[in-house]
Amino acid sequence: MIDKTVANVTEACKGVSDGMTFMLGGFGLCGIPENAIAQLVKLNVKNVTCIANNAGVDDFGLGLLLQKHQIKKMISSYVGENAEFERQMLSGELEVDLIPQGTLAQRCQSAKAGIPAFYTPAGYGTEVGEGKESREFNGKMHLLEHAFKADFAFVKAWKGDTAGNLIFKGTARNFNPNMAGAAKITVAEVEELVPAGTLDPNDIHVPGIFVQRIFQGEVYEKRIEQLTVRKK
Amino acid sequence: MALSKEQIAQRIAQEVKNGYYVNLGIGIPTLVANFVRNDIEVEFQSENGILGMGPFPFEGEEDPDLINAGKQTITALKGASLFDSATSFAMIRGQHVDLTILGAMEVSQNGDIANWKIPGKMVKGMGGAMDLVASAENIIVAMMHTNRAGESKLLKTCSLPLTGVNCVKKIVSNLAVIEVIGGKFKLIERAPGVSVSEIEAATEGDLIIEGKIPEMKF
Repeated sequence: MIDKTVANVTEACKGVSDGMTFMLGGFGLCGIPENAIAQLVKLNVKNVTCIANNAGVDDFGLGLLLQKHQIKKMISSYVGENAEFERQMLSGELEVDLIPQGTLAQRCQSAKAGIPAFYTPAGYGTEVGEGKESREFNGKMHLLEHAFKADFAFVKAWKGDTAGNLIFKGTARNFNPNMAGAAKITVAEVEELVPAGTLDPNDIHVPGIFVQRIFQGEVYEKRIEQLTVRKK
Repeated sequence: MALSKEQIAQRIAQEVKNGYYVNLGIGIPTLVANFVRNDIEVEFQSENGILGMGPFPFEGEEDPDLINAGKQTITALKGASLFDSATSFAMIRGQHVDLTILGAMEVSQNGDIANWKIPGKMVKGMGGAMDLVASAENIIVAMMHTNRAGESKLLKTCSLPLTGVNCVKKIVSNLAVIEVIGGKFKLIERAPGVSVSEIEAATEGDLIIEGKIPEMKF
């Protein structure tokens, strides 16, 4: 099997530089590449564009990059939980492209699959559609949306093997499989890295061909954003 | 009396039919799950990647890897399935989801909906709302009939940035059940004890009133 392993997060993030475009998996704080984010903060790369469904919270997730003003532009669908984000956006320090969540997912998936553009009804007749090509199919109007172009995709899985095969757990899957393979280099971090041949091929969610580098993250905080429980 | 948020959810739950796949938005729509009859089978979809979403976990059993689109910890029912975001929106765009219930800041009489942005004030993003309203055939809006200042939120034309056009079919507000038909609002039911004239006064858009309007039943 082709070995995709790198020793650690430092090796995994080699080649990142100022002005690049990154994709980051996760929904809220669920399934985010915690170790890669910490490394991007450490490397202090500037003027980056981040494609991620959300922007983290003030002191975790992508909020950590926002605090240090590393992000020039965010492409997201929902950014409600981050006060610093809202401040930077309203003051004009941060460029923000808010796009429909399904369009975000499909622009990743299309980039991964070599589809340069696609039509979707989402956002037609709204400000999302302004300046975009539109076309009628089956009596309904659609917008032309383009596949993303990104330098790095940082994804997080539950288990992975040295061949880069990935398995996710729960709703931590979200955008991660759509972003894996959608950038020039895909970096996968996993909670448990095992030798190729250990995982059942039937269970693989993302085949290793979509992953260039894989490593086991040192620690995972897995912070819960909204703890909601029932009494026993 | 105007309905409470729970009562709005309770009335909407009557629209949920056996065999439906249902997507619930954040806020009042989330409460609908609590009022669906036990003798019918439905599956709740959350667009972050689960079908067969269950109630909140018991204290101490929460899993950070299992949340809903509101980022709340949830459980997965027996028979649930998990999937990626592109697959989730294939379910939505591909019209495999039977019913979408979501909140709104404004709805217009031609079925336009605004619920994602107040320019200069609240800019949180649309999340999955634009995909949902653009594709769903069956959309019910849960909302307050008026804002805090008493101004109607059922308008001739929306003043806020739109989430979708010509898409809302039914509204359940704290005052009434209203259908959007032929570019107008049509009054279907009244909240118990709320008069037709009160609803008329709270509705800026054109309101069709035909015959005697029954009270909602719970």
